[in-house]
Amino acid sequence: MIELQHIIKVFNRGQVNEVTALSDISLTIQKGEFVVVIGSNGSGKSTLFNIIAGAETPTNGHVIIDNKDVTKLAEYKRSQWIARVFQNPLSGTAPELSIIDNFRLAALRTTQKKLVIGVNDAFKKTVRDKIATLGMGLENKIEQQMGSLSGGQRQALTLLMSVMDKTDILLLDEPTAALDPRSANTILQTADKLIKEYKLTAILITHNLKDAYQYGNRLVQMNEGKVLRDLDTAKKAALKQQDLFEWF
Amino acid sequence: MEFYLTAIMLGLCLSAMSLGIFITMKIFNIPDITTDGSYILGAVITAVMLTGHWHPAIIIPAVMAAGAIAGAITGLIHTQLKIEALLAGILVMTGLYSINLTILGRSNVPLLTVITIFQVFHIFSNPVYNDAFVGLIFIIIIAAILAYVLMTDFGIAMRATGNSASMTRALGINNNRMKIIGLAIANALTALSGYLVAQYQNFTDINMGIGIVITGLGSVLIGDALIKWWNIRKVIAQLAIILIGSMIFQLVLAFTLSIGIDPNMLKLVTAVFVLIIVSIPRIKALRQS
Repeated sequence: MIELQHIIKVFNRGQVNEVTALSDISLTIQKGEFVVVIGSNGSGKSTLFNIIAGAETPTNGHVIIDNKDVTKLAEYKRSQWIARVFQNPLSGTAPELSIIDNFRLAALRTTQKKLVIGVNDAFKKTVRDKIATLGMGLENKIEQQMGSLSGGQRQALTLLMSVMDKTDILLLDEPTAALDPRSANTILQTADKLIKEYKLTAILITHNLKDAYQYGNRLVQMNEGKVLRDLDTAKKAALKQQDLFEWF
Repeated sequence: MEFYLTAIMLGLCLSAMSLGIFITMKIFNIPDITTDGSYILGAVITAVMLTGHWHPAIIIPAVMAAGAIAGAITGLIHTQLKIEALLAGILVMTGLYSINLTILGRSNVPLLTVITIFQVFHIFSNPVYNDAFVGLIFIIIIAAILAYVLMTDFGIAMRATGNSASMTRALGINNNRMKIIGLAIANALTALSGYLVAQYQNFTDINMGIGIVITGLGSVLIGDALIKWWNIRKVIAQLAIILIGSMIFQLVLAFTLSIGIDPNMLKLVTAVFVLIIVSIPRIKALRQS
């Protein structure tokens, strides 16, 4: 599903503050894999994410999604495969728009936003039913502004929004970093459920080793712009939580 | 009384521009100075076409297209060359001055002998009421179309672009394209105000648009204050309030003139008035902190 070929990313090339964020990363992620990426700050996790999403172009190497070379494809065009949940709950939603309008856009992620009224009763019902599955009681607040909700609620809705349209890849960039432990738990459980239900290829960046142990079927540890460890399903299953802590 | 009716009428004619500024200012957070130029552009094209005996209705698409092009150029400079929107607008506005003067041929054209949009329809025998009626219907149609556009899927995408750029990018929206279209729509509306005012005042003057953007900003700020105060969420109601804001703005100016302020001071009064509207919420916020 995703193929990274010899990706190199250098920031501020030729200047005193030159940084090599990624040095020759090659990684192939199969359809349906749920990859958890861990690594200390500055190990290149976020840069790797941005290169897959298209927010950054690699200095060298190729990004292949669904057998297409998308290295030069703009971020907004990659949305035909990729849905994202950001670290900051504010980034994934439009605060001044109503919940229903936010969902409407999410439902049109891979298609044209046309000059027709799409928020009709049928659509509202679909969204209400979806939101009801969260069990947060938000299904009766769909006309409310997104900005009036808490970070946890917004992050949960962003997750739901990611599967409103055809999704192949779900990128979760520390989605729980800004949340309290309980909300964080709900979010990851919801994500896990959706990934299985919709058979998504997913990548989760996390600093929480417990989550890294609990979720996903592949574990990648990054260090100084390189892949340090790459554990497949069998190896990850054999891993003990204690081992993880010893890596750092 | 008629004095105030004239003010309301002018506010009505300028409210198309206020709707445009509502798009650039409240949706995209861009202070669009192109307004000054595209407003005169609308008036200039109206004058030239009216004196060339074109029907007022046919002039509408021409005026809107010209305004849209001006706005799109500002948008292109801003998004493609990464030049600040404020500077991009100033550049286009400055360039438009020469273009406007070239199209008009001289600095002032009277429109007393031509048939204007206000004379095409005869609903009331009293011209004052007739003008008001035609203007009102015209603006209601414009506002209704804009409200519809903003409620469509495309409109939601446009509103989201100014609100959360990271979200819209992730949802397949080309933010740059959206800004260019937004600026084009805004300046098409502004040009329409030029079209209306030229016909209402029966002349086009090359300097009639100087500082008009401040009038638009003031109107939108008054409207926005009311929108926040009454917590209005429906797009169509918000646009209606912006129209009212535009009329309140002209009424306040008319009032200041009526108490005997030198007309030469009008721009200063306008600037100070807008300054007061902008600063009230800030002073309140400062007091609270």
